[in-house]
Amino acid sequence: MSARRAERLVNLVICLLSTRQFLTAERIRAAVPGYSHGDGSAQADEAFKRMFERDKTELRDLGVPLETGRNGWGDSEEGYRIARRDYELPDIELTADEAAAVGLAARLWQSAGLSQAAHGALQKLRAAGIEVDSHAAPGIEPRVEASDPAFQPCLIAVRAGRPIRFDYRRPQAPEPQTREVEPWGVVSWHGRWYLVGHDRVRQATRCFRLSRIIGDVRPAGQPGTVSIPDGINVTEIVAASVPSISRTATVAIRPGRAQGLRRTSLATGRDGPDGDEFEVSYGDPESLAARLIGFGSAVIVLGPPEVRDAVIGNLTDLAAR
Amino acid sequence: MSTDRLPRLLVLVPYLQARPGVLVADVAADFGVTEVQLRQDLELLWMCGMPGHGPGDLIDLSFEGDSVTVTFDAGIHRPLRLTADEALSLLVALQTLAEVPGLAERDVVDRALAKIEAAAGTPAKALSGLTVHLQDRAAQRPGSDEHLAVLRQAVDLQRALDLTYYVAGRDETTQRIVDPMRLLLVEGRSYLEAWCRRSGDVRLFRLDRIDAVQLLAEPARVPEQALPRDVSTGVFQPSAEHDAVTLRLAAGARWVADYYPCERVTEVGPDLDIVLRVADRRWVRRLVLGLGTEVSVLDPPELAAEVRQEASAALAGYDRGIVSSA
Repeated sequence: MSARRAERLVNLVICLLSTRQFLTAERIRAAVPGYSHGDGSAQADEAFKRMFERDKTELRDLGVPLETGRNGWGDSEEGYRIARRDYELPDIELTADEAAAVGLAARLWQSAGLSQAAHGALQKLRAAGIEVDSHAAPGIEPRVEASDPAFQPCLIAVRAGRPIRFDYRRPQAPEPQTREVEPWGVVSWHGRWYLVGHDRVRQATRCFRLSRIIGDVRPAGQPGTVSIPDGINVTEIVAASVPSISRTATVAIRPGRAQGLRRTSLATGRDGPDGDEFEVSYGDPESLAARLIGFGSAVIVLGPPEVRDAVIGNLTDLAAR
Repeated sequence: MSTDRLPRLLVLVPYLQARPGVLVADVAADFGVTEVQLRQDLELLWMCGMPGHGPGDLIDLSFEGDSVTVTFDAGIHRPLRLTADEALSLLVALQTLAEVPGLAERDVVDRALAKIEAAAGTPAKALSGLTVHLQDRAAQRPGSDEHLAVLRQAVDLQRALDLTYYVAGRDETTQRIVDPMRLLLVEGRSYLEAWCRRSGDVRLFRLDRIDAVQLLAEPARVPEQALPRDVSTGVFQPSAEHDAVTLRLAAGARWVADYYPCERVTEVGPDLDIVLRVADRRWVRRLVLGLGTEVSVLDPPELAAEVRQEASAALAGYDRGIVSSA
């Protein structure tokens, strides 16, 4: 924004805050420096109109409550003003420890959008006279990243109650599929972001990893048309969708090898013909197989067959390349 | 950052009024702008004021040395209300903090939450769209709570630690003395950031890879040159010193590009070519083996050969097993 435009907009805010009367565009043009007074030509009037429209949009985007109305029945034209009670942040007082919690909270976000918003909020609190220290070091510093391109559009859709359509790539499927979803919530669970909602094609509740959404998130309906069923807890839905780790495999590890597997296994090793035998818990046989194959000849899977067969199959393919 | 200028200008006036005689440098730091930019902002505000724009109508500032005071605010007494995004970012962050045990006093966070909510005029219901759960995904590992308690104590008391740590890259358990700097909770995992005396560098240690930890009597000695890492682009920082490895990922392995920081990602038909910087070859060999035929090693060729050999060696173990059980 040019300095001239910034100056004009500050003057416009001051002008509209200082009036109880609604001011017509013409009166604003006369009162606020920076609007061309013009030569009375239609061209100059048109230029002013466009400029004023852009300025109003700018202020509304910032959250400035621009009111329109007439001062009385006699007014032929609508005017503008800013009601002070709608503009001003209400009185707020925070104790030192509350302010410290707010400072810590504002540092949670790593990604641009939310972090900028939190920073803006802090500035306003400081301007309301609250001392917020955003550098104090607490015992542990939490950080949340939301850098997936789909994060912002999904969150906006959830908050607007607007159905969306997007291309989604499931891990094993080669081609992305278009999904149409009534979005209920965006959830960060164990460091990963999910969209939860009603999948219109599958007619069921579904979770989507935001990192697997490809390309643009497009509207698939009007705002305000998504209704969230009563008693929905989006976190529980995500938690239930992540495979639970409830099965156990038995592996033999060569002496002194595969430290990473030994230290995360359940029972400590007893001697077996192929090495020290350990129990490993898992949820998904394919991902356990991938992890075990990583240790190469240091590990032999003894069972169950769903893991052992997956490992032998993949090793055979790899050795044949 | 010029688009942020108008909100900054509007909030500056009440900010300065709440702090008569504040140092210009401190204001610039609070707003995250340079002193030059801030002085330009103040000069601009000086030109603004109530209609009429006579001497008594304009915002008035007085400078004394390096400090500044607002003597007339032209009616901008208070900051603008929080926008929906501002309220959301702060309130969800507070709700998130309230859930982390021991991070901040629960009732303090709840009180702050209630006050911000009231000032923002945002009912809690409007926030239901965004939920964040910070718990460490490894928190259920036996011993991790006890380890975390010792790490916290070490950070608070500024004492050195004796750490038994599993290094995934080398698949080894190591012993080292570290000087703790801070604890971080990033992307669902807890880390200790510390000066590592063994490597003579700042290192991040993942809580779930700590096998044992002992608080030492000696104070932590964090050298001057030890700077906290910028974790905003991820915890692992690839370095040009590390070897480059080029992999071609088929559909089933595309997640690797999301999961590990890549130097380059290129779409090749249905596949994805990525370049990773790898500190330890053994780590990438494990990764590639585990991905099976969903990945091909394009470079270096020795790595492809190693993977094939290792797969054959592993398979031989099963052949023997099948023979012996027959």
